Amino acid sequence: MTMTIHVDIVSAEQEIFSGLAEMVFAPAELGEVGISPRHAPFISSLKPGEVRVKVNDKESHPFYVSGGILEVQPHLVTVLADTAIRAKDIDEAAALDAKAKAEEALADKSGKIDYATAQAQLLQAMMQLQTIERLRKRGS
Amino acid sequence: MEMVAASKMRKTKDRMQATRPYSKKISQIIKHLAHANPEYKHPFLIKRDVKRVGMIVITSDRGLCGGLNSNLFRKTLTQLKQWQTDGVEVDVCAIGGKGASFFAHLDVNLVAQKTKLSETVHQSEIFGIVKVMLDAYDANTIDELYVVSNEFVNTMTQKPTIHKVLPVSADQLEPDLSGHWDYLYEPDAKEVLDKLLTRYIESIVYQGLVENNACEQAARMVAMKSASDNAGNLIKELQLVYNKARQAAITQEISEIVAGAAAV
Repeated sequence: MTMTIHVDIVSAEQEIFSGLAEMVFAPAELGEVGISPRHAPFISSLKPGEVRVKVNDKESHPFYVSGGILEVQPHLVTVLADTAIRAKDIDEAAALDAKAKAEEALADKSGKIDYATAQAQLLQAMMQLQTIERLRKRGS
Repeated sequence: MEMVAASKMRKTKDRMQATRPYSKKISQIIKHLAHANPEYKHPFLIKRDVKRVGMIVITSDRGLCGGLNSNLFRKTLTQLKQWQTDGVEVDVCAIGGKGASFFAHLDVNLVAQKTKLSETVHQSEIFGIVKVMLDAYDANTIDELYVVSNEFVNTMTQKPTIHKVLPVSADQLEPDLSGHWDYLYEPDAKEVLDKLLTRYIESIVYQGLVENNACEQAARMVAMKSASDNAGNLIKELQLVYNKARQAAITQEISEIVAGAAAV
């Protein structure tokens, strides 16, 4: 019997592959690597590319990853795949956007009231009216 | 709406389960790393004196989900008050429309917000907000980071929880007694750890968000069920009033006709 290694490929949103394989190929940061069973503990970041799981001579599954982390232990390979293409400037833009939105919301305090707040205030006013009504009923 | 929420809840619950393997794996790797004694100590793993903390509050975008958000806010406010008495300042960042409008009218330092998330939350939607907080942590602006979100216990119960994510403490992760060994790092320990820990925090926030979504749908389902029940009762009562009024009108008309006939 040929030796096999357990492979898990997961992304933050779902499990992609889990099972035994003879060998795994992955696009590591410093060049493509092939992992056989009993590989030494190894951890590397991945470049966008193809992860190939060779189950046996006839069967092999290719997966595309847009980056991530590869972790190897003697009997276990884990690929933590990224769900989106990561670039420093894209992340930066998203961060700035989130900040700008918050500032906008804080500056907007006096101006137009957004729908959710108006609704909350309306509910409060209605509750007060209801209480007054109840008190009145009890009084009369 | 109860039916709609019920079917959406099933979907969101599936999505919640689908995110579990990733966070399980990544925390396993972090656990290994914390015990493998790497030569490089990442700032995310080091405890600091707490002068200012960051808080990511996850709420729903929409209302009509019972006390889900208000319970979360109550818990948050108690914690905020606690920090205030301890002299710790707080930076808040809000995910979800309800949280954003709640904190905008409160005297807190809202540093970032993200609203109008799509129903099938994509992980890329939270990168911005997590980066704001991680940058603040890197710049020593905040010394601890918390995530506040609802925990899905079951369909009837959702528990608001406050979860500390930074610094990552090794005791939080169960001890691993498989002996001392270290990884081969490629390209080097610092870069890999940087990437890994960022993803770890993102996965925690993402999971909180997905879980909160499931909570929202479950809470909405329950709230809408009781709303339809109440409406049913109300309809019954009103039907009775209507029937009485109708009967009275008919009786009156008949008596008028009879009286008229008698007069002739």
